Amino acid sequence: MIVLDDVHKSYGPQHILRGCSAEIRLGEVVVVCGPSGSGKSTLIKCINGLVPFERGTITVDGVSVSSPKTDLPALRSRIGMVFQSFELYPHMTALQNVSLAQIHVLRRSQKEADERSAKILTRVGLGDKLGQRPSQLSGGQQQRVSIARALAMNPQAMLFDEPTSALDPEMINEVLEVMQELALEGMTMIVVTHEMGFAQRVADRVLFMDRGEIVEDTPKEQFFTAPASERARQFLKQVLTH
Amino acid sequence: MNYRWDWSVLIREPYIDWLWSGLLLTLAISILSWAVALTIGIVVGVARSAPSRVARLLAGIYIDVFRSVPPLVQLFLWYFVLPEIVPDGVGLWLKRDLPYPEIVTAVVAIGLFAGARVAEQVRAGIEAVGAPLLPAALATGLRPLQAFRLIALPLGLRAIVGPLTSEFLITIKLSSLSLTIGVLELTAQSRHVENYTFQGFEAFTFATVGYLVIGLCATGLMRLIDGRIGGASLRKATT
Repeated sequence: MIVLDDVHKSYGPQHILRGCSAEIRLGEVVVVCGPSGSGKSTLIKCINGLVPFERGTITVDGVSVSSPKTDLPALRSRIGMVFQSFELYPHMTALQNVSLAQIHVLRRSQKEADERSAKILTRVGLGDKLGQRPSQLSGGQQQRVSIARALAMNPQAMLFDEPTSALDPEMINEVLEVMQELALEGMTMIVVTHEMGFAQRVADRVLFMDRGEIVEDTPKEQFFTAPASERARQFLKQVLTH
Repeated sequence: MNYRWDWSVLIREPYIDWLWSGLLLTLAISILSWAVALTIGIVVGVARSAPSRVARLLAGIYIDVFRSVPPLVQLFLWYFVLPEIVPDGVGLWLKRDLPYPEIVTAVVAIGLFAGARVAEQVRAGIEAVGAPLLPAALATGLRPLQAFRLIALPLGLRAIVGPLTSEFLITIKLSSLSLTIGVLELTAQSRHVENYTFQGFEAFTFATVGYLVIGLCATGLMRLIDGRIGGASLRKATT
């Protein structure tokens, strides 16, 4: 469903992605991990065209992300994205945050959008927080609003960019639970995360990145029991020992 | 001090009428030039943060020019120089047919100067508070213009109500410059009363209190707007 082929990206002299190729099939949950600075975030931001790249192609359902003919906003509306620092609109309530794109992109009526928003917010456990602004919510609650905002668009796939990295430890699970539920329902997901427990429970496949390359692309059982590369072994040793 | 205080000038005819009309004129010039400044400031500030290079360049030139030349010089340029350098017909119209030429010129000149300052505030607000949320807005499928209009601009404006209050107050005080082209606003009328009665202290006390009351009302109004749109709670949330 999502195909990356030889993607290169540099910021000035810095080569961030060096020929990344991968394929994510419908319904798959792929966890992207690796040391910081390895290009994980950049890679998933390339998938919905938030970060332009110089070489290679990425196609979503056969549509090229980098082609100038592609209607990028329309493509983005079919891929939900959740950011590390939530990125909610602070001047709007939770409900308005979730309704905005439904109204202006999907052309749903205010009433229709709000009904759907309320339903999804209830589903992620925030049915009693519809009228609250982000500043009145905890980090975990904000991140769930952010997930709801993406889900409200009926996306075909979801991208998560370190969704729990900015959270206090006690709030990580409430977000991971929502994500796990989504995975069980068959959502196609690409998750950049350091939560190896989540990867072990939920992922189908693990992409391990280091210095701009996808070093390993293996089923999760194999990744956690017998990683092929030395770099992945080192990484696992470090993240699993503490 | 050998000064003979006589507060009665403030309630005697015709002085009270002079001062009162000056106060009203100051109020009118302040409000009108602030309206000009806000309109120009928002348009130019948005252009300054637009993706189009041409728009950014033009807005930048406007801001640099109007912010750098002293407002008093600008006022003279608009009032004395402009009518001479435009085509004769236009110049004649400016000098002869434009109703209340000195008041209109004052409003335009002060508005253009303050507009350049407001534009920089608008740009700063959009860049600091609005623009960081653009990727998230774009990721939901909003088109760039929609994301700007629905997220970056409203957030940017909410963030700068505080600095805009200062700009409003500066604009009010700048209205006193218009006495140099013959507008009989509050400061001019106070001098007028002094010249006739030699009671300058009383007259300027009236002016001081007048400016103070207008300024405090402006501050209160901006606070009210800030509370309405949730600016204060927004700033608390981001710190």
